[in-house]
Amino acid sequence: MLRITCPYCGTRDEQEFTFGGPSNIARPPAETDDRTWTAYLFNKANPAGVHIERWQHLYGCGRWFNVARDTRTHEILQTYVMGLPAPDPNDA
Amino acid sequence: MRRYSFLHLAWQALRGNRGWRPAWRNAEPTSGYEVVIIGGGGHGLATAYYLAKNQGIRNVAVLERGAIGLGNSGRNTQVVRSNYFYPQSVAFFDHSLKLYEGLGRELNFNVMLSQRGVLNLAHSEHDMELQRRWCNAIRMSGVDSEWLTRDAIRALVPPLNLDGRFPVLGGFIQRRGGICRHDAVVWGYARAASSLGVDIVQSCEVTGFKFANGKVRAVATSRGIIGADKVVMSVAGYSSELARLAGIELPITTMALQAMVTEPVRPVLNTMVISGLVHAYVSQSDRGEIVIGGGADAYPSYAQRGGLPQMRDVVRAVVELFPSFSRLKMLRQWAGRVDITPDTSPIMGVTPIDGLFINCGWGTGGFKAIPAGGHTMAHTIATGTPHPLIESFGLDRFRTGALIDEGAAAGVAH
Repeated sequence: MLRITCPYCGTRDEQEFTFGGPSNIARPPAETDDRTWTAYLFNKANPAGVHIERWQHLYGCGRWFNVARDTRTHEILQTYVMGLPAPDPNDA
Repeated sequence: MRRYSFLHLAWQALRGNRGWRPAWRNAEPTSGYEVVIIGGGGHGLATAYYLAKNQGIRNVAVLERGAIGLGNSGRNTQVVRSNYFYPQSVAFFDHSLKLYEGLGRELNFNVMLSQRGVLNLAHSEHDMELQRRWCNAIRMSGVDSEWLTRDAIRALVPPLNLDGRFPVLGGFIQRRGGICRHDAVVWGYARAASSLGVDIVQSCEVTGFKFANGKVRAVATSRGIIGADKVVMSVAGYSSELARLAGIELPITTMALQAMVTEPVRPVLNTMVISGLVHAYVSQSDRGEIVIGGGADAYPSYAQRGGLPQMRDVVRAVVELFPSFSRLKMLRQWAGRVDITPDTSPIMGVTPIDGLFINCGWGTGGFKAIPAGGHTMAHTIATGTPHPLIESFGLDRFRTGALIDEGAAAGVAH
């Protein structure tokens, strides 16, 4: 069971949240080639390691925020509000 | 390959069972092969077998970073069926089911196929409408599928509670579907492939690819550089990481799919029962254990264990459907690493790199596809063009938009 720290409400159980896919995806301009658009729509980094993802505190404040979580161990390294850049993995 | 038979069994028994030999060679890798298959699960081993048996290509190695069959092939709930929706899917999976029907004989290995029927339950008027459409779609593809009334289901599945939170109104069954011993499929293909000259190389992790003139030339591994004319990536949940080493991105999310078994009890359930609505599937193994599965956990994971919330949801659903199971002790729980695609259909065939092939994206439904996956990939590798049965499942469909959306028929309630 994940324990997730909502930046607004504090640490809560996994069931209060809903997963919202990878975060930090830059949308390409509308006039782009098939390959770029296909990659944007469908391709995933899907790392075995630190994953930057979006979660919503659905059964709490209802707000979206970002989570940096290791997909191998489920350890959550950091949660941070929408709009902030992803944490640098080289930072201590 | 020493043929297994009743006489052989008896002879070995008389010798105190000291004469059994390893069923496959634990091979040392050579400097190069015509075909290198990355991934020692069911699909990889089946591909090697059919390359040797059907295509006459025996200079083949299967490279497995751990030990064969301990990935998803060893972690599934053993379901075999072909009751999908679109004609392309039904054709492919029924090809696989037909291969399963002859597999024990073909491999001279008891795969313990039990075609006890796979039953889908309908819990609402919407379910009934959709499932009638689904049932008919299967029949239009020439595959067996039979609509059942509520009373027929009651007679077929005695421990089923038809009047729970979501009553059972009807459903449909594929009688040729059922279960098959997952480990036996892996071992059967490994033994047969090895006997035909395929090298099964374990403890061998691929760490990179070598290319020349846009073509694959070799793989770098933890046991040295191994030359290859053709390479197949067949590593399920690890496909994104492996393909990345070749500079290829995939539309895959790796998630945990849990399964669990109870203590063994006397035979009580002789059908594979699936409820798409409450999202649980249940069968009873030949050892008497109740085998349970459900939906994948909600977030990406490589951890192969899953979490308690999802497990609780599945068990809740099973207990509602089968109240008499509520007192059984849960014996074991585990998870696989499943590669989910956007349209819940697999990715098979060529990649943009000459000589590099891919077989992945099976998500929660790869076990039933093992024979056809291996068979069609072997054809594809030998000829260089996709086998007709897998033409619709190429990586390029995401660019053209020709998705085959099997979300419903795969048994996953979104």
